[in-house]
Amino acid sequence: MSELRLGEFCQARSGDKADVANIAVFAPTEDLYAVLRDQLTEDRVAEHLAPLVAGPVTRYEAGNVLALNFVCQLALGGGGPRSLRSDMLGKTLGPNLLRMTVEVPDHLMGDLPRLRPPGP
Amino acid sequence: MALRIGAGQGFTGDDPRGTREVLEDGVDYLCCDALAEITLTSIYRERQQDERAGYARDVATVAELALPGVADGVRLVTNAGALNPLGARDAVVGVARRLGIDRLRVGVVLGSDLTVRVAELASATGGLRHADTGEVMGPTEDVEFAAAYLGAWPIVEALGDGADVVVTGRVADTSVFMAPAMYELGLARDDWVRLGRLAIMGHLMECSTQVTGGNFSGRWWEVPGLDVIGFPIAEIDDDAEVVITKPQGSGGLVSPDTVKEQLLYEVGDPTRYLTPDVVADMTSAALRDDGPDRVRVAGATGTPATDSYKVILSRRAGWSAAAALTYTYPGAMAKARAAKEVLDRRLERAGVQPLETWVEYVGAGAMWGEADGSDLPEVVLRYAVRCPTREEAAAVLVERIRALSIGGPPGAAASGMGTSPPMPVSEIWPTLVSKELIDPQVKVVVEDL
Repeated sequence: MSELRLGEFCQARSGDKADVANIAVFAPTEDLYAVLRDQLTEDRVAEHLAPLVAGPVTRYEAGNVLALNFVCQLALGGGGPRSLRSDMLGKTLGPNLLRMTVEVPDHLMGDLPRLRPPGP
Repeated sequence: MALRIGAGQGFTGDDPRGTREVLEDGVDYLCCDALAEITLTSIYRERQQDERAGYARDVATVAELALPGVADGVRLVTNAGALNPLGARDAVVGVARRLGIDRLRVGVVLGSDLTVRVAELASATGGLRHADTGEVMGPTEDVEFAAAYLGAWPIVEALGDGADVVVTGRVADTSVFMAPAMYELGLARDDWVRLGRLAIMGHLMECSTQVTGGNFSGRWWEVPGLDVIGFPIAEIDDDAEVVITKPQGSGGLVSPDTVKEQLLYEVGDPTRYLTPDVVADMTSAALRDDGPDRVRVAGATGTPATDSYKVILSRRAGWSAAAALTYTYPGAMAKARAAKEVLDRRLERAGVQPLETWVEYVGAGAMWGEADGSDLPEVVLRYAVRCPTREEAAAVLVERIRALSIGGPPGAAASGMGTSPPMPVSEIWPTLVSKELIDPQVKVVVEDL
């Protein structure tokens, strides 16, 4: 087992609707998707995103694109037009989620794409 | 030959270069989504200053690019009308006149602005229930505007009446893109499978470059030409099967990896993506590589639309302002924290009682809600407040300058970056209103110019 940040091998995009944010995280392969389904629970994600996300987190699956979609209530400081945050639209919640770690079995390490830009 | 729909805008202020390239590549329709939640609020503020405003001003820029194509059969659909569709119509007609076009059929979709009906709708629905929290809105006097997200059928009607240009108020983003295909394919109102496919197409198109390699979290460094990133084009066949592509020679990337990120963007339950026209199932779409910069969206489905429209109400929520200062080594984080304490006390002494305060240490984890205090070269303290009055909000700027630049912790750069002047703020209250209570109206007028 290796503990890896999701940002090492997953894509993520987040968006806003009023004070609700969604974060979709995409696995690169079926096997790694199973890892995410096992380990990225609603509770873990809610704990990771607190206190930025103050409400409950609901998880949905979109197996066609190997994605989990986390819908977060009370996530944007009151929603775009009211929010005092630099990121009033929650664009950085996706990258934020990519800081979470999961345990990846050794036999899957070969499948990992390296999502790291060249350079410093 | 498949129907080609081009995205002309993903928001008000989108790059006209992208619009022009889509038109040059050859499309049957140019569709523009000009409205985000925050756009509608800022358009409302403009209309407060000027009765003639209330629409997305760059509708004129889009019209200048699109109208020369009308003679060749290219049609324009835009929701730039926002809170004043007739004002946007007049702007488009003004452009046509300047371009020397002598005849134009313009359709306008009205009926999304429910501002004058708020009290009536509150009593008809037994209270305006917040779509996310379930809370019922109390007194409605502080509502600034209310807008229903109308669907695609009024646009289809205008196209059926021969409109070259259709300008709408708040029509849902997806619907703006769906309507031309619904019209061309002659869809029935209960053709849920093909409507579902078109809703997914509209969803992929509505944010322009977010599907062609923009804001892409995968191998973004391999996306070519972000400086000239292309806007998307949808090719649609009779089964409403869709290929997403972009203009020849444009920058960016259309691949299953870029398209899938947009598929779930701003989506709740992906099996039930609610639009006014259909409920689409995002999990039913297979994304297939269809050659360079082409992705086929195959096999998608939809289910019957719900019986309500989403309506957003905007309520006054006080005034906000923000101040920012950059603190430097040594002890950048300690200085920024100390400065924050000074501001807290100064504002308290000035009698300012914010409704809300938000403090960020940019560079030390502002986006994560954590600041680890390690010895950074610099940290930006950003201090934002929301207050009942303009004067109180302004105090955060006054105190920043008086207290902190020369009277606080050392080495602060008061660059103005991250600083915002006092601004009125609004809160969005989404709710659902029965379709029976809302009546979209369509007007198509032949303008002899």
